[in-house]
Amino acid sequence: MKPLVLTHYTATSCLGAGLAPTLEALRATRSGLAPCRFLDVELDTWVGSVAGLEDVALPPASRGFDCRNNRLAFLGLGQDGFDAAVRDAARRLGADRIGVFIGTSTSGILETELAYRNRDPVTGALPERFNYVGTHNTFSVGAFVREALGLAGPASVVSTACSSGAKAFGMAARMIELGLIDAAIVGGVDSLCLTTLYGFHSLQLTASRPCRPFAADRDGISIGEAAAFALLERPSPRDGVHSIALLGVGESNDGFHLSTPHPEGLGARLAMRAALKAASLAPEAIDYVNLHGTGTLSNDLAESIAVEAVLGSHTRSSSTKGATGHTLGAAGALEAVICALALREQFIPGGSSTGVADRSLPVDYVGRATNAPIAHVLSNSFGFGGTNCSLALGRLA
Amino acid sequence: MTALTAYLTGIGVVGPGLADWPGTEAILAGRRSYLYAEPMLPPPDTLAPTERRRAGRVVRLALAVGLEATRRAGRDPADLPVVFASSGGDGDNCDAICQTLASPNRALSPTRFHNSVHNAPAGYWSIAAGARVATTTVCCYDASFAAGLLEALVQSASTGVETALIAYDLDYPPPLRAARATATPFGVAFLLHPARADGAIARLSARVAPGLPDRLAHAELSSLADTNPAARSLPLLEAIARRRTDAVKLPYLEPAILEVEVTPCG
Repeated sequence: MKPLVLTHYTATSCLGAGLAPTLEALRATRSGLAPCRFLDVELDTWVGSVAGLEDVALPPASRGFDCRNNRLAFLGLGQDGFDAAVRDAARRLGADRIGVFIGTSTSGILETELAYRNRDPVTGALPERFNYVGTHNTFSVGAFVREALGLAGPASVVSTACSSGAKAFGMAARMIELGLIDAAIVGGVDSLCLTTLYGFHSLQLTASRPCRPFAADRDGISIGEAAAFALLERPSPRDGVHSIALLGVGESNDGFHLSTPHPEGLGARLAMRAALKAASLAPEAIDYVNLHGTGTLSNDLAESIAVEAVLGSHTRSSSTKGATGHTLGAAGALEAVICALALREQFIPGGSSTGVADRSLPVDYVGRATNAPIAHVLSNSFGFGGTNCSLALGRLA
Repeated sequence: MTALTAYLTGIGVVGPGLADWPGTEAILAGRRSYLYAEPMLPPPDTLAPTERRRAGRVVRLALAVGLEATRRAGRDPADLPVVFASSGGDGDNCDAICQTLASPNRALSPTRFHNSVHNAPAGYWSIAAGARVATTTVCCYDASFAAGLLEALVQSASTGVETALIAYDLDYPPPLRAARATATPFGVAFLLHPARADGAIARLSARVAPGLPDRLAHAELSSLADTNPAARSLPLLEAIARRRTDAVKLPYLEPAILEVEVTPCG
């Protein structure tokens, strides 16, 4: 594919709102995880929650979209001048020439979960104020982002569990390449809810301490929440010499199991190889891999086998989920933005502040953030249903 | 906007009183009268017994139409990239999870949880087919069929590979039904070949444009087309069934529509 420039990008997670606190935490290998105090949840686990969502107010015209997920989206859009940059692009290109492609897994389902607690005792009806289309429906965050930014181009929400935020980049890239649109807002937004907290707990996949990806004593994930966005455009002479670009997207399936990765990472290998092919990059050109690295025994083992098969065992790699938690449908977008920061600032984010690397896993796992010249990176995102997506990003020469 | 073109090489349909594509085609073309019947959602014979037991109505619906389209066209599902499109996904499962989470004991069943992802039908499909080619799952509320068709046409044009679309939506159980009225299950599958292929049924050429969506001519099915996002494909299926050159305006993101030109082949 032809490279597409991330002309603007931003991320909001438990590390903070916007790029500055995100970068500071990544530089310091600091985690934003804390013991779970979400609502009345009584689970022995840690989460990466975004502070202040209770106080976020949506614009009056968008009140029908009010829910934790869209508040998180709105908070995220307001950071780093992202919303203003999109409005500039809309004036330049036309609002109908900019697409919106957002990944989410659970959208505003929290509203429904809470509405079920408040059913009419006689009829069982949900409370009158429950707004399905603005909150629960998977497209809600796409409709909200499109409306909040005043855009009128094609839009879709991609919901493929934990690869959603990465696959949004693929949708946008294909549409820009075919000339249907000139630019796209891509991103991922996912927020804490009871379904994922109790669901991952039911699978015995939540860690009781902060998650420790690729550590010898890893025992599961920490669930996080995030909103991350990028404005994708074709390269132009206005771009700086070190612009960050999406170079390739690779997608595949395991065709193996709904909630367990293929033990040898066969699908993951296909996704990474497809991303390299789309980017016209040789495996040795990759300087860093932002691993899916959830911290479960099975994911990290399978992914390490896949990375070794595609790149060998000497490519430096880390999972930033120890810092942000697993932000599920937002993870692919959040980690693409983290890769953009790594390329911009020329450093490798650290993979852990607590764990001891599992030396039996055949990857060069970077524990603490370190400066390094990096030109090309891969970002892996895999999910339930056996879905895999790998993004290749790099600096334009 | 630039038009996207593909050749329709296979169709599958399941809906109320609509058992398959040949039956639906005869009804929409006016050759057969319509008679309401509950949609048949057989457990997919391609799934292993464990997965078959875990597969809810949404998985049965999606796989039924997908398998009809691939079997009629003689394609191996393992080779096909697929775009899945649904507004509501698995409402039965969502209701069960929300009931549990609102009860004193919030422990979820692991199967309920892994079935809760919007891409669960895509997961079952690829497991059944042993497919490692990419699938995706999109949602665009009431415009989910048009958004899915657009994405499948984009993928087919972009990769040069025959790509499937599987669009499906089901009714929600109460109490969600009161907040989101969706008519009985309806699913449709298309195989879309980027170049003229043997056995092509029609050439489809689609573009996003301003406009108002067309109404379905078939009176008895028009309420289905209004109340099930996947059944918003019915005006397009009607044009295909009538085997005439036609242009159909499908609901998309207002004030835009997806205009699809249909040219019969052969």
